[in-house]
Parts: sequence; C-alpha cells; structure tokens
Amino acid sequence: MNRWLPFEWIAALRFLREGRMQTLFIISGVSVGIAVIVFMSALLTGLQANLTKRVLSAQAHITLQPRDEVARPLRLGGKDLELAIVQMPLQRVRSIDQWQALMRVLQDDPAVVAVSPVAAGSALAVRGDATRAVSIVGIEPDSYFRIVRLPDNIVAGTVRLSSRDIVIGTELARYLGIGVGDRLTLTAGARTSGALTVTGIFDLGNRQVNERYVYVPLRTAQSLLDLIGGVTSIELTIADVYAAETVARRLQPMTGAAAYSWIATNAQFFSAVQAQSLSSGVIRLFVALSVALGIASVLVVSVIQRSKDIGILRAMGTSRGQTLRIFLIQGALIGLIGAVVGSALGAGGLLVFHDHVRQADGSELIPLVLERSLFVAAALLATLTGVLAAMAPALRASRLDPVVAIRG
Amino acid sequence: MADDVLRLEKVRKSYNVGRPNETEILHGIDLTLGRGEFAALIGPSGSGKSTLLNIMGLLDRPTSGNLFIEGHETGSLDDRDLTRLRGRSIGFVFQHHLLITAFTALENVMMPLLVERGFPDATMKKRALDLLVALGLEQWQNHPANALSGGQQQRVAVARALAMEPALVLADEPTGNLDTKSAEGVFEMMREVNRKSGTSFLIVTHSLEIARGCDRTIELVDGQIVPAGAVPAAD
Ligand SMILES: Nc1ncnc2c1ncn2[C@@H]1O[C@H](COP(=O)(O)OP(=O)(O)OP(=O)(O)O)[C@@H](O)[C@H]1O
Ligand SMILES: [Mg+2]
Repeated sequence: MNRWLPFEWIAALRFLREGRMQTLFIISGVSVGIAVIVFMSALLTGLQANLTKRVLSAQAHITLQPRDEVARPLRLGGKDLELAIVQMPLQRVRSIDQWQALMRVLQDDPAVVAVSPVAAGSALAVRGDATRAVSIVGIEPDSYFRIVRLPDNIVAGTVRLSSRDIVIGTELARYLGIGVGDRLTLTAGARTSGALTVTGIFDLGNRQVNERYVYVPLRTAQSLLDLIGGVTSIELTIADVYAAETVARRLQPMTGAAAYSWIATNAQFFSAVQAQSLSSGVIRLFVALSVALGIASVLVVSVIQRSKDIGILRAMGTSRGQTLRIFLIQGALIGLIGAVVGSALGAGGLLVFHDHVRQADGSELIPLVLERSLFVAAALLATLTGVLAAMAPALRASRLDPVVAIRG
Repeated sequence: MADDVLRLEKVRKSYNVGRPNETEILHGIDLTLGRGEFAALIGPSGSGKSTLLNIMGLLDRPTSGNLFIEGHETGSLDDRDLTRLRGRSIGFVFQHHLLITAFTALENVMMPLLVERGFPDATMKKRALDLLVALGLEQWQNHPANALSGGQQQRVAVARALAMEPALVLADEPTGNLDTKSAEGVFEMMREVNRKSGTSFLIVTHSLEIARGCDRTIELVDGQIVPAGAVPAAD
C-alpha cells in the first residue's frame, strides 16, 4: 500500500472527489479563467516583443550626441580622467570631442554591452538621372553589427564594407532601380564620394529605414561629411533594454554628451504599450477576481453540505486548525488543477491563433512567445488565489460548533 | 478514584445563557463511571441525555460544575487541548451520520489515527484492519462507506470509535436507526469489546432490551439523575 498522506490532504482530496459535478464545474470555470489570462499575457508579451524588435532593428538602445548648450569641463571618477568639452565653432556637422576617450569609459561601464562610433549626416544618392535624399550612416562594421544586426537582415548580397562599398535598403534599391554590384554616388554639399559599389541590400522591417538609410565605412562618411577623425554619435547596446532611460540619465552627466534612450525617442510608442498593458492588466485582474469568487462560493456551499462530516471529524479529535486546512487545501487544489488545465487550454488557443491569424503576406502577425515563467506564474497565482478564496469558507468550517453540526 | 474514567461534579448546563429564554437543562449532575464499566443512560425524550453525553465527550462545556476525564480536570483546558484529549480518550458513536461517505470503510476506521498523527503507516493500517476483521467486515474495507448497510456502517462506526483505544466510548442511541437483528449485532459487538479490552461504555438508549444487557443503568429525568434503587420510571 502506498504511504498515507497527511490527514488534511486525504480529507481534502476525498471531499473534492465526492463533490464530482461541483468539483468538475468549478475546475472548468477556473481553467477557462486561467486560459484567458495565459492567452492574453502571452499575446501581449509577443506583441510587445515584436514591436520592440521592430523599433530596435535600426536603432541603438542609447545614442550619445554632442550637446547643444555650452558645455563645461567635467571631472570623471576623481582626478584620473578629465574630459574637457569646449563649445566648438558652429559647423554643419558637429563631432563629439575626445570620442575615443569616451568610448573607453563607456566600454568599462558595467551596464554597457557594446559601443560603436557613427558618423552620420544627410546626402544625396545619385544614380544616373535618379537622385534621392538619404541618411548616411558611417560605421565600423565589427562593433556596429553588435548594435544593429544588419547581417541578419540582408536580403541580397553581403554586408562587406570595404572603403568603396555601400549597403542600402530595399526601398532605396527599388527607387533607384539598382541591385547588388551596381554603383551609385553620394554627394554632400560640395563633396562627393565617387562611385560606390552596392554590396548588400537590407530589409530592417521598417519602410522609412529601408528607404533612407545607407551604410558606408566610417572613413567614407567622415570624408564626405568633412568630419575627418570625428564622429557625430556613439551608439550603445546595454544589458537591459528597458533600463535604457535610467542608464541614459546616468551617462549624460558622466560623459558630458547628450544621451538619448530609445525609450525617450519612442515615447509615443511606449505610452501605447503602457496603455495596452494597463487595460489587459485590468481585464486579467477581474478575471482572477471572478475565479476567486467562484471558488469561494463553491466552497461555502460545500462547508454547509459537509457540516455533519465536519462535526464527526471534530468529535474524532480533528482540531480547528486541521479543519481550516482541509478547506484551504481544497481551494489550493482547485486553483492548481485549474491552472494546469487552463494553461494547456491557453497555450493551445495561442497555437491555433498563431497558425490561423496571419498577416496578408502569410507571415506571422505576432510571434509565439510561450515562456515557462508564464505557466509557473499562472500556477502560483491560481493556487494562491484558491487559498485566499477558500479562507472565508474554511474559517466558517473551523468555527462550526460540533454539537450543532452533529445534531443537524 | 484515579481508576475513574469519568467523573462529573455538580454539572449544570443552561442554554441561551443571559437571554430571556435561558433554560437550565441539567440541574447538577454527580456521576462517576469506573474503568471497564458498561452502562446504559436512559430517560424520557428531552430529559437531557444527549446534552449530558456531549458534555462528557468534551464537545460542549458545562455552564458550571467540574468534569474529569481519566483524572484530568477539563474546565481549564482550551479548545485545542480539549480536542486532543477528546481524540485520545473518547470514542463516539452517533445515531445518524454514522460514517463519512467520502471515505472508504477502512479510511473511516483509520481516521482518528490519521488525525492524531505520529502513528507509523503500518501500525495504522494493521490496527484498522484488525478491527474490521474482528467485525467480519474486511471484505468491505475498500468500499465507500455509503455502500454498506446501516448495520454494517454502525459496526464500522464502532470500530472507528475504538481505533484510538480510548478509555471510554460514548454512544448516543447507536442502534436507534437499526432493525432488531442489526441492533443486536452491534450491541453484542460492543459488549465483546468491553469484555476483551476493558473499554468503558456509556450507551444512551430507549431500548429496555439493551438497558437490561448493560451492567448498570443510569436514569435521567428532567435533567437530574434518578438515585439508584429508586423505582425506574415507565418510559
Ligand atoms: N442548542 C440548544 N439550544 C436550546 N435548547 C436546547 C439545545 N439543545 C438541546 N436543547 C434542549 O435541551 C433539552 C434536552 O435535549 P437533549 O437532546 O439533551 O434530550 P435527549 O434526552 O437527548 O432527548 P432524545 O431522547 O429525544 O434524544 C431539550 O428540551 C432540548 O430542546
Ligand atoms: Mg438525544
């Protein structure tokens, strides 16, 4: 024979089993509630991950740029390093002063994962008769690709960027009618780049970026923008994407440069995401509340139905505490079983949704994000809800007067 | 004195204390039950037999007076200690709701042991099974309690009352719901347990048959014990 569980568990399990219909219905109810919560949570996570990914596909977490206002000398980390920022004469494109020193400081910062200098400015792309205004992004490929994953988003050619190469977006390629191996010229003011060979075409999932951005080696951009040895920004990848704003605020005084986080530059996007989280949070809260009320009402009825059983148990030496636990365990079990079934239902629903609700071109609308932590959280939350919901009925059971219950 | 299983001193019980409809049901009961005694508690309906039994079984507290279980004074105990003492020293058999239907027969018998904790699994199982075997009910051990007949259920209930090997079994009309044959079976079983193990029994009954089968008859009329030797009132 198997080992006997503690008495409270046996009683809780047997009472649930004897309750048949009641138990089945309440577990079904809890399952549906948990399924809704799991479904919504996973969908929202997927949606946010998708949007975040789209926004971040062509953007660094934090961008450092020269300050607009008068800069003042600044001490860093005691007396070791002094970075003097002196306002420069007005010019078309301004460089960050002492950017190499700044890079070293940033590389040593624990929050920073990758650092890359960029020389960017406006230019015209010329191909025969066709011209197009573009944003030149002069990069050091090795470090820059750790920030913007250009190689992952190449649809034609490669991301080879030697001195006379250029990588352009799909929209620009279409507009100029060129492909890999073709040449184009960039002109900025009086300067011109000479012929550059298109080595790769990217699709960063963002029409504006695909249309306007062209990537060239840092040196090419520097000479075109009359910025020899200078950079217009330093781009950063940090460990926690969502901490970007905090890190940016910290880096700003430390570096003397203006630090912009992707969160600040996409404030609108973020308030939309926040509104979405809030409304879905409210819905999930109310679903959880009705789950709790359902469990409580079923257990209240069960306590009344079982008052004679409770009387017998008390006469046999069951304490108030044990009686309390018998009903708390029932609540916990209803919550837990409901969570397991509900998680399966929610995940199943999500799979069906993912397979059948697609974008016009057949690609997925929202990525399928099924994290184990979601199910663990759902199980914990449902179990806790069950215990809390069982509190009132359980207290009632434990306070039953056995004499009254037995006389019943 | 120490060999008394149960002793009541001037026990009074009133219901609705402090309210206009306050009524005293038990008017100063003095009673002693020795170890191994097998006694019947008789009396007209409403005389307070169940009330008295509930007080003796620590399910209810007297309004005044003292109650000793195996020499322990009980008035100063809190609910937790009363529950523990009840679980260890007293077994109950009721007239209605004999068993808990959510459990099997074996589980019903084992229940007091499980509640008490601390018994090795093998001991619990063996003790419960031995009791069922002794009552000829072992083939029902894994059946749900409500699959048994009334007489069988009541015998399982007696087995359950005995599981903790209590000093005293209190039975409130244990055969009141049974046909004559089943009633005799249950009664004989209790007698035999009493003979073999020396467990004290106090059985509330309306049956003169059963009262005659007991070693001693205690009669309660209007909340008072009729002195021994007095002419029994016709029921
Ligand atoms: N909780 C209560 N509140 C008020 N009065 C009560 C309560 N319980 C019992 N009584 C009253 O106490 C008296 C004795 O009741 P009790 O059940 O002890 O009688 P009994 O001798 O067991 O009767 P019976 O033979 O019918 O079982 C009755 O008048 C009953 O109405
Ligand atoms: Mg009675």
